[in-house]
Amino acid sequence: MDPLTLFTLQTLNALSLSALLFFISLGLTLIFGIMRVVNFAHGALFMLGAYVGVATQTASGSFLLSLIAAPLAAAVLGLAFERCALSRLYAREHSAFLLVTFGLALALTEAIRLIWGADARQAELPDSLSGIVFVMDEPFPIYRLLLIGAGLACALLCWAGLQRTRLGLLLRAASQNPTMTAALGNDVGRVRAAVFAMACALAALGGALAAPLLSASLGLGSNVIIDAFVIVMIGGMGSFLGTAAGSLLVGFAQTFGNYYAPELALGMTYALMIAVLVVRPGGLFGRVE
Amino acid sequence: MLELRDITGGYGPAQVLCGTDLRAEAGQVTALIGRNGVGKTTLLRGLMGLLPDLAGEITLSGETLLGLPTHRIARAGIGYVPEGRQIFPELTVMENLAVGQRRPSRNWPEERLFALLPNLRERRANAGRALSGGEQQMLAIARALVTDPRVLLLDEPSQGLAPMVVQELARVLRQLAGEGVAVLLVEQNLRLTEAVADRILIMARGRIVHDDTAAAFRAAEDDLRHRWLTM
Repeated sequence: MDPLTLFTLQTLNALSLSALLFFISLGLTLIFGIMRVVNFAHGALFMLGAYVGVATQTASGSFLLSLIAAPLAAAVLGLAFERCALSRLYAREHSAFLLVTFGLALALTEAIRLIWGADARQAELPDSLSGIVFVMDEPFPIYRLLLIGAGLACALLCWAGLQRTRLGLLLRAASQNPTMTAALGNDVGRVRAAVFAMACALAALGGALAAPLLSASLGLGSNVIIDAFVIVMIGGMGSFLGTAAGSLLVGFAQTFGNYYAPELALGMTYALMIAVLVVRPGGLFGRVE
Repeated sequence: MLELRDITGGYGPAQVLCGTDLRAEAGQVTALIGRNGVGKTTLLRGLMGLLPDLAGEITLSGETLLGLPTHRIARAGIGYVPEGRQIFPELTVMENLAVGQRRPSRNWPEERLFALLPNLRERRANAGRALSGGEQQMLAIARALVTDPRVLLLDEPSQGLAPMVVQELARVLRQLAGEGVAVLLVEQNLRLTEAVADRILIMARGRIVHDDTAAAFRAAEDDLRHRWLTM
């Protein structure tokens, strides 16, 4: 394979990985933006999405249905969790919030083990999506191209939602000054609940999309949350554009690292983060507070 | 219109308000003055539901406000222009205004708002942080007005503003009172206070110690100043 073809294929691989990472990181950064705390359970919700996706597909035979069921389940769970637990903790210090979300991550993982067992489960792609296309005369899975499209569509939709809808406006306002957002007549608690539920849905959608590729396994949540943390740090906590840039950087670093320097690949993600933070302590698009 | 009776409270064990009584009437500017730390800002924050423990009675045209969450107090008709302006720095002027507009403003449609605060018109697409201090203050007022408040609370709006802008502020406040809004102004700037106030209240140690017309204040100014205002 000539170097240009190889580079092109690896770029497509990197973009598809970036797309998956974007689904989980975006929710993490939005939650951080409006609540000023990290949601440790976000990786577990990604994992839940993968399992619910596989289960839905097994039961119904429809992959498309799994992409609807997974985010829906996570949104309902996220909403209930926010209303029952998190909403009581905003006034307290952040450590309480961290512990509770960490607890949710543990509880979710155990619940998944009880329901679906400890073995990894893989989603089956429908025939229409399991084919290949030829990119510069080399075969390339259609599904990975679809992931790139899904990531792009998600980014555009969320961007439009943030800029054009009332909820997006209130999310941005409350991220900057929750007290004044409330003093102008807006129920910030409801904004937080909506944002949290939507962020959970995004993570689960990412998990369901990842299921045919990575398979649903119990380690999935903790693996992917680390990458998501790195992305959010690189991009700047709470920044939409930063998350998009961070997802791309990490996706590329991991894909190309795995190919050209597999023994260094794991370290490259962190080296990238350190390099960015040395130059810009708040992340690429963030501010130091 | 707005009536506070026997308000006590503060921050945890630190009691700042010790039985404050206050009324603000529609169509009047009621000014609240006093030394630093006597509880003026705390009183406004308490009014907005931003203090955890507050006792007493707060009513707006007979409707109880005490105990309601902040957003319900705002919806009941209280506009809040906080100390330090607190506009949204990353939102444009129009977006700052939109945060207060759950529905289009009845009393302050865009044209009328920009007629009252003409400086904002050409800055509408600018981010909040790009505005001058005076423009930010006008934006903070505009943002409160589009919620169609019956009472407007202002916490030291003249702070850090050039004399020209303070004059502009005085014009705006008089005009708002003329529109029937009950303006409750917390100020340190006596010149502004005397220029706009119908009533002047002095606060000391968490209580109102003087409550009379602006004319009565001027008549006894030297004595009042000496007793309650100078250090």
